[in-house]
Amino acid sequence: MRATRAEYCVIACAEAWRGAGEILASPMGLIPSLGARLARLTFAPDLLLTDGEALLVRPDGTPEGRLTFREHLTLVAGGRRHVMMGASQLDRYGSQNISCVGDWARPRRQLLGVRGASLNTLNNPTSYWIPRHSRRVFVERVDMVCGVGYDRAAALGRTARFHRLGRVVSDLGVLDFATPDHSMRLASLHPGVRVAKVREATGFDLVVPDEVPGTREPAPEELRLIREVLDPDGARERAVPEEVRG
Amino acid sequence: MGDKTMTAEEVVGRLESGMTLGIGGWGARRKPMALVRALLRSGLRDLTVVSCGGPDVGMLAAAGRLRRLVTAFVTLDSIPLEPHYRAVRERGGLELAEVDEGMLLRGLEAAAHRLPFLPVRAGVGSDVMRVNPGLRTVTSPYEDGETLVAMPALRLDAALVHVHRADRLGTGQCLGPDPYFDDLFCAAADTAYVSCERIVDTAELTEKAPVESLLLRRLAVTGVVEAPNGAHFTSCAPDYERDEEFQRLYAKTPWPEFAGRFLGADEGGYRAAVAEWRKEEGR
Repeated sequence: MRATRAEYCVIACAEAWRGAGEILASPMGLIPSLGARLARLTFAPDLLLTDGEALLVRPDGTPEGRLTFREHLTLVAGGRRHVMMGASQLDRYGSQNISCVGDWARPRRQLLGVRGASLNTLNNPTSYWIPRHSRRVFVERVDMVCGVGYDRAAALGRTARFHRLGRVVSDLGVLDFATPDHSMRLASLHPGVRVAKVREATGFDLVVPDEVPGTREPAPEELRLIREVLDPDGARERAVPEEVRG
Repeated sequence: MGDKTMTAEEVVGRLESGMTLGIGGWGARRKPMALVRALLRSGLRDLTVVSCGGPDVGMLAAAGRLRRLVTAFVTLDSIPLEPHYRAVRERGGLELAEVDEGMLLRGLEAAAHRLPFLPVRAGVGSDVMRVNPGLRTVTSPYEDGETLVAMPALRLDAALVHVHRADRLGTGQCLGPDPYFDDLFCAAADTAYVSCERIVDTAELTEKAPVESLLLRRLAVTGVVEAPNGAHFTSCAPDYERDEEFQRLYAKTPWPEFAGRFLGADEGGYRAAVAEWRKEEGR
């Protein structure tokens, strides 16, 4: 049973919550949601998940609590949560933009707005999911810093004592900040992706170790859960199309 | 005890151009759309709106009624970006105070507590500080010495919210899973106007629903409007879900055309126009 690119992405997202313990997993978007639910069903059984509205639900949909949006913000401040957000732009230290592209005063493209990105990044571990790894996303400088990156966090002193960025999962591989100055590093490649391809699709100098491992292969039981339980309609394949990217 | 029932037109008649309004709901969820539609029919302008933004913001912005918006986001949820709001922003058509969700919450809480500000660990380190040059930080006076954002109170002239049931005296009941910031908007405002799906007797409110569902106390409510389907096309679960087909129409139709077809007449006219559209579409 060969895993698709989308399924590797699900696994790579799931790994963000390995060892997280009894906290809230807050995945934004389909692939991170599949990852969080897969983690909950396998190696991270203590995770809590929401239904996207105000309920905490078990994987079968059984309610196990209430979490209104307001309570959710309080929980963020309390730190017992790991969120995986999207990013329209992301720089080498993990500063993230979901607000607008271009000059903020009169943007070329208005996007969502800052949402809770700064609250998230200053208070609980934060990871990112990037469905299309490109120079438009991985940029030298983001137009509006919403999520706070490591360089800016370093300047905040005690205010940033809960700041931690986990991983960045893209359709090409996994990146992290495990370098002395927390500059983004290529941590693993999805099958069929070469280092040159990632460099080419990244708008800043990426730290690349001599040996870059492959992204962990899904176990047969994990594949079964993804295909039969979590996403039987195959929506993941539309979110991350299978293609040879070299 | 006074009967506070009034019409949406009467609510709007009590508002003035230049006011600061808080609008309840969240994105395209339980927005007081009947009150927003009444606002759109009025001549009110130069409004400052505080909102977890959805089509309320999209419509008021597109109609040129907003001078200033205080928000963390504007979205239609199932359609991530609000197209009419985007268009206004991209032509520089309104003043924006873009703050983090956590800051918006603390600003409303500060207003509800009649405090000048409340500290929050959000915003610092981000460009929220750059685009809101008036924002100030505060340093903890205790040993930790942490620097936090001093989020100023978001005091409102009026709040507009939509709930499921209310009595004539202003007790508001939320039967859905999430009150959003609705009660806070009311507490942060000098006056609060509540539209509801149905006005019922006080005793009926808790006949089948727990007392915890009574979200709004009458002491914080100025006026009550019975507005069946008053959140349309946003969701008002469990009474009704979001009208996704109509929302798609809203999102893809140029604003003047949408406004001309659906927002020209009163609320009855709106309902008739939506019914007519549905018939044409064979839905």
